[in-house]
Amino acid sequence: MPVLEVRNIEKSFDNTEVLKGINFSLEKGEVLAIIGSSGSGKTTLLRCLNFLERPDCGQILVNDNIIFDAQDKRTQHESEVRKKRLHFGLVFQSFNLFPQYTAKKNVMLAKELLAKEREDYKTNRRQIKKEIEKEAEELLKSVGLQDKMDLYPHQLSGGQQQRVAIARALALNPDILCFDEPTSALDPELTGEVLNVIRLLAKANTTMVIVTHEMQFARDVATKVIFMDEGVVCEEGAPCDVFGNPKKERTKHFLEHYSGN
Amino acid sequence: METSVILTKLFDAFFLNCEIFFKTLLFALPLGLIISFGSMSNFKPLKALVRTFVWIIRGTPLMLQVIVIFYGPGLLGIDFAFPRMTAAIIAFIINYACYFSEIYRGGIEVIPRGQYEAGQVLGMKKGQIFFKVTLIQVIKRIVPPMGNEIITLIKDTALANIIANKEIIMMSKEFATKGLIWPLFSTAIFFLLFCGILTLLFGYIERKLNYFRA
Ligand SMILES: Nc1ncnc2c1ncn2[C@@H]1O[C@H](COP(=O)(O)OP(=O)(O)O)[C@@H](O)[C@H]1O
Ligand SMILES: [Mg+2]
Repeated sequence: MPVLEVRNIEKSFDNTEVLKGINFSLEKGEVLAIIGSSGSGKTTLLRCLNFLERPDCGQILVNDNIIFDAQDKRTQHESEVRKKRLHFGLVFQSFNLFPQYTAKKNVMLAKELLAKEREDYKTNRRQIKKEIEKEAEELLKSVGLQDKMDLYPHQLSGGQQQRVAIARALALNPDILCFDEPTSALDPELTGEVLNVIRLLAKANTTMVIVTHEMQFARDVATKVIFMDEGVVCEEGAPCDVFGNPKKERTKHFLEHYSGN
Repeated sequence: METSVILTKLFDAFFLNCEIFFKTLLFALPLGLIISFGSMSNFKPLKALVRTFVWIIRGTPLMLQVIVIFYGPGLLGIDFAFPRMTAAIIAFIINYACYFSEIYRGGIEVIPRGQYEAGQVLGMKKGQIFFKVTLIQVIKRIVPPMGNEIITLIKDTALANIIANKEIIMMSKEFATKGLIWPLFSTAIFFLLFCGILTLLFGYIERKLNYFRA
């Protein structure tokens, strides 16, 4: 049973078709790398998965449940959408940390707010808060930031900020963690620390969808690769096939362009 | 006349300036927020209406607005007039609410979309995103321009005398017509002290919000 199934997703802005029927599925523990030139619709696809855009057509299934169906308005209610997007985590290209909170508070905030909806919140408030704090500390440790927990985003380097953002997304235990070019906004010498964190997550069998231009990294870490071109999945397969022996001309052309990266 | 008597009269008159100042703030601060929501509305006619209104209020002198509120009803043949002080305060509230609304709008519109989206993706409700994520960032951005505007407000309160509210400038001019000039010049001290306190207050708030960058 796939943890994620995307069926025929289409999305237009004004009159430009950006996604023209995207299909793929992902098993639990798999790492999907999405590659493709700029403007091919990768970001839009991730935003659709995270309910930041509403596809015009198609379905999204998580664990065989239809969580979005463009034909079925009942799957699009605001209150339900909020719960359903928790299946996904998203790490943005530009981090988007909350500047007024420390690294630790950034990781804790959403979970604290969700905890308020628990029935036992009032009685066990202290206990719950303590647990959330402890989890946040563990997460920050796991991304190598044990000594930066009380710093504010502006006191951290880009690589450190992105690692906080990863911890923040992990705090809600998403079924699928999405990354949109997580290292594109970083200085070259800082990309390594972020990629290493993602490598560790892959080793721990975290299900991930990673949009990236780091070809070597994608080849190492992914179990499956999709090459997107002009809003369609042009080629799809195991990394060794897509990178080592691409079948489509477009893929070959794209990879030649990026070789050496 | 004794100096102490004159000073007491000046203080009493300055109390009027303070009354206009505080009542204007009390109502214009929240009203400005409502106006700013209107000017950012997705409902085009409302947005156009509110922005036109703001444009008119900001594009005409406050002094004129005070006159219109006071004499307007009578000129329209309505047998009604606000008390002088009320008329002045109403004009001030409307005028400053419009200025504040533009400051709020500026503060809200520059918050990067990524802040809202990060909150959404983390399963936060709209209200939670507003109160827990964006509000303090907006406040940080609007404190300096609000400080300027509020300092302007205390000086503007003198305009209320156009409809014979006996605030401090008008009071001291009465002394001047009797040949006593120093009270008029001494009013500067009242305003300077008041602005000085405001400057310190806003400096303090700005420093308090300096712990993060946005
Ligand atoms: N909100 C939007 N409104 C209009 N056009 C958009 C919007 N978002 C993306 N696009 C367009 O969709 C296309 C795909 O964009 P994107 O998904 O960001 O591609 P990628 O991430 O692969 O570079 C681009 O041509 C872009 O201009
Ligand atoms: Mg992109």
